[in-house]
Amino acid sequence: MTQAEVDDTLKRIQEHKGVHGFLIINNDGIPIRTSLDTALSQQYAALIKSLSDKARSTIRDIDPTNELVFFRMRTKKHEVLVAPEKEYTMIVLQATDVL
Amino acid sequence: MPNKGGVEKKPVQPVINGSVAAQRRISQLPRNSIMGNFRDDEQDFGNMPDLSDEALRPVRPDDQLKLTEAELNEEHTRILTARNPQAAENIVRYSYKDRLFKPIPHVDQLAVHFQLDGNLILRDSDEGRRQVARDGGEYTIEEEDEASTPEAESTEEKTTQDGEDEDDEKPVESSATNGKTKKLTNQFNFSERASQTYNNPCRDRETFVEQTPRAVFSDNVSQWAIFDAYNEDFDLQQKAKEKENKKSSTKKDDDRKKKFVATDLSGDDMAKFARSKSASISLKIIERMINQNTFDDIAQDFKYWEDAADEYREQEGSLLPLWIFQYDLTKKLACTNLAWNSQYSDLFAVAFGSYDFLKQTRGMFLVYSLKNPSFPEYIFQTESGVMCLDFHHHHPNLLCCGFYDGSVAVYNVADEQKRPKYQSTARNGKHTDPVWQVRWQKDDLDGNLNFYSISSDGRVVCWTLVKSDLMYADIVQLKLEKPATEPNETLPLATLGCGTCFDFNKQQDYLFIVGTEEGKIHKCSKSYNNQFLDTFDAHHMAIYAVRWNTFHPKIFLSCSADWTVKVWDINYKVPLFTYDLGSAVGDIAWAPYSSTVFAACTADGKVFVFDLNVNKYEPLTEQIVVQKKRTKLTHITFNRNHPIILAGDDRGNVISLKLSPNLRKKPKVKKGQDVAEGTEGESVKLDKILALIRDPDDVKSKGVPTQQTSTTPIPTTN
Repeated sequence: MTQAEVDDTLKRIQEHKGVHGFLIINNDGIPIRTSLDTALSQQYAALIKSLSDKARSTIRDIDPTNELVFFRMRTKKHEVLVAPEKEYTMIVLQATDVL
Repeated sequence: MPNKGGVEKKPVQPVINGSVAAQRRISQLPRNSIMGNFRDDEQDFGNMPDLSDEALRPVRPDDQLKLTEAELNEEHTRILTARNPQAAENIVRYSYKDRLFKPIPHVDQLAVHFQLDGNLILRDSDEGRRQVARDGGEYTIEEEDEASTPEAESTEEKTTQDGEDEDDEKPVESSATNGKTKKLTNQFNFSERASQTYNNPCRDRETFVEQTPRAVFSDNVSQWAIFDAYNEDFDLQQKAKEKENKKSSTKKDDDRKKKFVATDLSGDDMAKFARSKSASISLKIIERMINQNTFDDIAQDFKYWEDAADEYREQEGSLLPLWIFQYDLTKKLACTNLAWNSQYSDLFAVAFGSYDFLKQTRGMFLVYSLKNPSFPEYIFQTESGVMCLDFHHHHPNLLCCGFYDGSVAVYNVADEQKRPKYQSTARNGKHTDPVWQVRWQKDDLDGNLNFYSISSDGRVVCWTLVKSDLMYADIVQLKLEKPATEPNETLPLATLGCGTCFDFNKQQDYLFIVGTEEGKIHKCSKSYNNQFLDTFDAHHMAIYAVRWNTFHPKIFLSCSADWTVKVWDINYKVPLFTYDLGSAVGDIAWAPYSSTVFAACTADGKVFVFDLNVNKYEPLTEQIVVQKKRTKLTHITFNRNHPIILAGDDRGNVISLKLSPNLRKKPKVKKGQDVAEGTEGESVKLDKILALIRDPDDVKSKGVPTQQTSTTPIPTTN
């Protein structure tokens, strides 16, 4: 994907119904690109990264050939979608009751 | 001495007695003289001429006893006894025996004036012996020694204070005497010598060095970490083996590495992210998940909803609207074709163009996935309207399409560049009229990919992809039959009809049928160029679609602008069924799961679903699916795996609908009967139905006893 396509996709994601914001973090847990405010981004980056690592470790412990592709946490207020990859992790916050 | 002082100070006093012994001390003066002098003491002092000196004058205390001379001359006797004057004379002790206090007869008269404890001990005493024994010297009782030892002791005593010499002398002496006596350390002959060395002052010296940089390193070992490590090692080994075999691979690695280095340097984090493969994957996943969230209820319906009402209505079904696929740029374009991908059952392509002859603009085709209904996966823009497209059966990334300007092109969907791989040009056999349909065919004998196209210029052309070229070959030319009444002319102009659609028989690949604008259907073969095998006068107006049945090799369907849908058997000139749908029928499609189910879409926005097994004359479903009125549905297609239909309209929308269970019915199986599944079973099923309506003897007669409004009797003409 080119830079433009990536930007396009991110813009689409951001403007999608119910999406509060998104966050892209690299392997060290540093946010590369975010649409949330800095403090919240940092918090999410640190916490979600560790959770994602734990989830991935869990899956792979059970079966090392398996790989975590995606997981989501549905909470009362919104839903956190996490797509971990080798180098980057994408996090999106979406509202649960989308009208 | 007061004498001296007195002599110097005072003048010499006249001597009364005439003796010059005035200068004697008072104590040396005879007693009498003194007494004599003192007789007149009571009067005054001045009567003592010897004692006129102040110094010599006795000082009499005031409380001194004044005795007379007689008393003074008395003699007192004194006796010395050994009695202690201070001892008590009457000490009384209590006697328990007599029960009374008794005086002690003898009182101890000993008075101790001074007591000093010495530290000499008798040699022969116990203590002495003990000491000697302790010192290690032998104790000798010999007199010589005793004699010599006191001597030695005395000499020792004398010489103790001399110093060091005696230390040497003592052992010499003692050895000299008998060599057995041990030197005794006592306060006289032993002096302790101690010396203290100078204590160097201690000082602390510290240095602080710069701390070596430290990094905390920690890791968790788990099952998968070990697995990964082993995999990596294995990969390295494989690579090493490959390198041994081919050296060129190393060059490629270097090139790739170089590329990577360049991008790392130039881009920031975001750019790196954009280029990484994993980023695109995760982005896609995220977008799909978001969409799943947004369209959660639709997704659930798609998967699980079954219309419960179908149990009660046997001959009716319904279509549940699911997603609507829209795209900004296609709002003004009409959907001209729909095609599902052969490999991915959720991927489909939509062609956009315009049916309006006057308004011809650019076109595009989009590839959507059901997983992401809000945005197409791939977007391809073209210069002229795309009229048709088709996915290749074996290569799911190859897509051929035909344009309004008559050219055809082949695209690789996965190609980033969005340009066609092959395109036909004017020199290359491009059609002169819009291409209405394209279809991939099996690879030819040489293994080249090829596809067919049909266009209004009356040609059916086969295009072959030979290396990088597109070769064309006219297969059939749709010649119009001249009416017999036309006068003979010198130049027989061969006019060509306009082909609008075609379809290849699923079982017999060489056989295909062509529909034309004049309303005729021609049965053709790939091998015969000039001649049709057969012709059907099917419709009064242009035929929009012809479709072979998926299972039955002889049945096909046709729909036309004259509002009718007809079911044909290839052997008979007369249609088996005819349905009037009230409006121009844009497209028809057979269901992939049943040989008796088909769907049709019309220009008034309705979708009809028929099941010949259930009801031969009426549709099971007749439903308006478009949002806005006056939207024409242009195309319809079934999904291979899922029970959904896609319907495209002329506003650029594609609507997906779910078939209710009644529409997906398979015939009930009687117990004990073997039901042949698959194509044979389906065709058998169809045959049964056909047998019911058709009188096998009489081909021509088409008696349809029960007429309903939706069906019209067909005049048999042949």
